[in-house]
Amino acid sequence: MRSLTPSQTIGPFFGILIPRRDTLVLAAEGTPGRITVQGTVRDGAGEPVSDALIEVWQADAEGRWSHPDDPRDPGPDGSFSGFGRIHVGVDGGFTVETIRPGSVPGPNGAPQAPHLVVGLFARGLLTRLVTRVYFDDEPSNATDTILTRLPTDRRSTLIAVRGAEGRYRFDIALQGPCETVFFDV
Amino acid sequence: MSDAVSLPRGYRRPADGDMPPNDSPAYRSTVLRHPVQPLVIIPQTLSEITGPVYEYGETGPLDHDLTRQHAGAPLGERIIIEGRVLDEDERPAPETLVEVWQANAAGRYRHACDLHDAPLDPNFSGAGRVMTGADGRFRFVTVKPGAYPWQNHDNAWRPAHVHFSVYGRSFLTRLVTQMYFPGDPLLELDPIFNSIPSERARSRLVSTFDLALTEPVWALGYRFDIVLRGRDATPTGL
Repeated sequence: MRSLTPSQTIGPFFGILIPRRDTLVLAAEGTPGRITVQGTVRDGAGEPVSDALIEVWQADAEGRWSHPDDPRDPGPDGSFSGFGRIHVGVDGGFTVETIRPGSVPGPNGAPQAPHLVVGLFARGLLTRLVTRVYFDDEPSNATDTILTRLPTDRRSTLIAVRGAEGRYRFDIALQGPCETVFFDV
Repeated sequence: MSDAVSLPRGYRRPADGDMPPNDSPAYRSTVLRHPVQPLVIIPQTLSEITGPVYEYGETGPLDHDLTRQHAGAPLGERIIIEGRVLDEDERPAPETLVEVWQANAAGRYRHACDLHDAPLDPNFSGAGRVMTGADGRFRFVTVKPGAYPWQNHDNAWRPAHVHFSVYGRSFLTRLVTQMYFPGDPLLELDPIFNSIPSERARSRLVSTFDLALTEPVWALGYRFDIVLRGRDATPTGL
């Protein structure tokens, strides 16, 4: 039995390994079911967090994961990787172009509402924060096993809001009145 | 969608004191950035138990050697860092991406936001990556990074360190950390290192000087194993 290696902050200089970029593209233009998720990471003073790394992990349109622990047969779009990472802009902004994931299995066989799994690193964070992005035009949010265990007044922090041209808005607040829900998982 | 599936096992949660709390005010940048609300404990589902095992892109043959990425050799003390990525049950993490970034020997990052008045080295970028072998082993060649001042408190200096990023098999094994060097007097003064509550846990971030890894007339060797979360004994209630 070995003991865990502790986490440390990613610090402000990881850009020498992972350069800033405007947009993370997980699905090329023209891919059926393509969506855009945009947002800004802000601190407790409402200031943009310019040195954050966001990682996105998601299922494909059929709700299948590109991973050997997903025991189901790979779906027809098995070429979809489901993973990407983006060093946010100096304004704390990020844009993810991807496909809308399908619903995925949850506890006791009940399906989970479609969601992106998000990991967040930044200077000033000693361990990664984990959250999820849900979609506001998704009826199954009402029965999702994770969303429904949250206090009702905080659920909205995990729900991306659909705007013009199919662009979803998902801002991340590390602190403050709209502090995003983060998970211990 | 409730496919009848055989259930993968989840991952054990860290013990108290093993991970630094984000609310660690001695490290000043945490003050406006740590969540104030408690983290919400959720069950591990297929969404978290899976993870980006294949999505790393290619690593080049010299990506692991930070001393050979330019026309000349960088200044500084050449070192070898070798170790294994494994889990708490000592199972190796094969074919997983290990990435590093660091300051140069003078304590300066090649980054526009690093304003420390120390020279850049035209022969040192300070970033590297490598895939582990079947036994979880990795090896980097680099130069020992310098200590550098920062603004956290009066006369604050970061101990020499190399940043590490590792994926492992699951979204839950993802780890970003820092490797330190044995005998560094700055360790006991550093609020980032000391944010880890348990002394035993802190000691896991200090590499070990290893004469067997040291290559005569060429480079000192430091050993640094990275231990990721191990799997539960029983399946999760998916």
